[in-house]
Amino acid sequence: MGCIFAVPQTTRLPVQLLREIWYLMQKDFRLEWRQRAALNGMLLYVGSTVYVCYLSFVRGGQLPAPAWNALLWVILLFAAINAVGKSFLQESRGRLLYYYTLVRPEAMILAKIAYNVLLLLGLSLLAFGAYAVVLGNPVQDVPRFVLVVALGAVGFATALTLISGIAAKAANSNTLMPILGFPVVIPILLQLIKAAKNALDGLDASPQPLYMLGGLSLLVVAVSYLLYPFLWRT
Amino acid sequence: MKNAWWKVLTVVLLLYTVVMGLLGHAPRLAILNETIRNLYFHVPMWFGMTIILFASVVYSVRYLRKPSDRLDVLAHHTAVTGIVMAVLGLATGSIWARYTWGTWWTSDPRLNGAAVAVMIYGAYLVLRSSITDEQQRARISAVYNIFAFCAAIPLLFILPRLTDSLHPGAGGNPGFNKYDLDNNMRLVFYPAIIAWTLLGVWITNVSVRLALVKHKLYEKQLA
Repeated sequence: MGCIFAVPQTTRLPVQLLREIWYLMQKDFRLEWRQRAALNGMLLYVGSTVYVCYLSFVRGGQLPAPAWNALLWVILLFAAINAVGKSFLQESRGRLLYYYTLVRPEAMILAKIAYNVLLLLGLSLLAFGAYAVVLGNPVQDVPRFVLVVALGAVGFATALTLISGIAAKAANSNTLMPILGFPVVIPILLQLIKAAKNALDGLDASPQPLYMLGGLSLLVVAVSYLLYPFLWRT
Repeated sequence: MKNAWWKVLTVVLLLYTVVMGLLGHAPRLAILNETIRNLYFHVPMWFGMTIILFASVVYSVRYLRKPSDRLDVLAHHTAVTGIVMAVLGLATGSIWARYTWGTWWTSDPRLNGAAVAVMIYGAYLVLRSSITDEQQRARISAVYNIFAFCAAIPLLFILPRLTDSLHPGAGGNPGFNKYDLDNNMRLVFYPAIIAWTLLGVWITNVSVRLALVKHKLYEKQLA
């Protein structure tokens, strides 16, 4: 493991930061692939939640569109909280100390955010696929809906990564994660549900909620970038 | 007593607000009727809450730049006062909504924003109580305070202006400013803002002093 961090120290700063981020992301993906329990656990979590919803609603026939939409976002939100929550918990104290000597804190948080974005993109699109197959697909404008789901994954990942870093420092981090995460995620969730409802009905194509989502994600990434160095020192 | 002038001012202004707010002249308007007097209580409470929560974030930023015990206590207690004011604001708003909209609570961007603000600072207190090490607690909660405030500002201040809302001052609803042109109301409204904000500052001041004295006593016991 050590050898991949042997970054030449002479390159310019942004280049080096990008390189550190790249190595840290590689490390996260490699770990995820080697300990497949976590990955399979998340997939099974999403799959079984979708199936439980199917079993609960099977007698009612096709769900009305607003309920279908709300249920999908609740599933995606909890999947995101579970998936992102473990991103800092899985790092042991010794390993964090080891990173401390090798990389900048900014590289660490940006790498985690990028990794979580990719992870959640895969997870949410899979969840949406499974959900649409099992519970029916009333979406009128599918490409736009997929775009909203993808933006949702980005929004959740950016907002929850720093929260997971905070929760990992506290005692009962498993209960703390949703408590700390909800207030931060709700603004994103409200915009998402609105944008998703528009795509669902195939009506109003105004991109305003999408811009709002992008802006919120950028803001949250910027604040995480500024604040993580303080969290890292403890 | 030299520094107590603002406490006297608070008491005088609050008495003025309550007496004039309940007895003073208010314009006769349909639906609103006498509930327009809530302008003197509900709106200034939110003003006060916003100012005090902003102060809490400023203390957190200052703590991260230059850590000290005092700044942490200040950030903590301003947040607690902010929650108290938010709960008061929610209660007065809810009662007002019952008589003008006919319901205690509706799904409205402003109401959601208010609920989220209360949730954030509730989470802040839970986070504080779940970390035992004092310095770690101060630093981590400061990070959360700033992060949550930044993520919630769009919700509280920008979103309600972009979407329709039942709340006065948004969507197709006239703001209170139109009725405010009645100068009699302004005479009470502006002092009310100062009065409720000062009350929040006073409450924080007392609780911070108590906390600091407790810290000193504890240190003396250890020595």
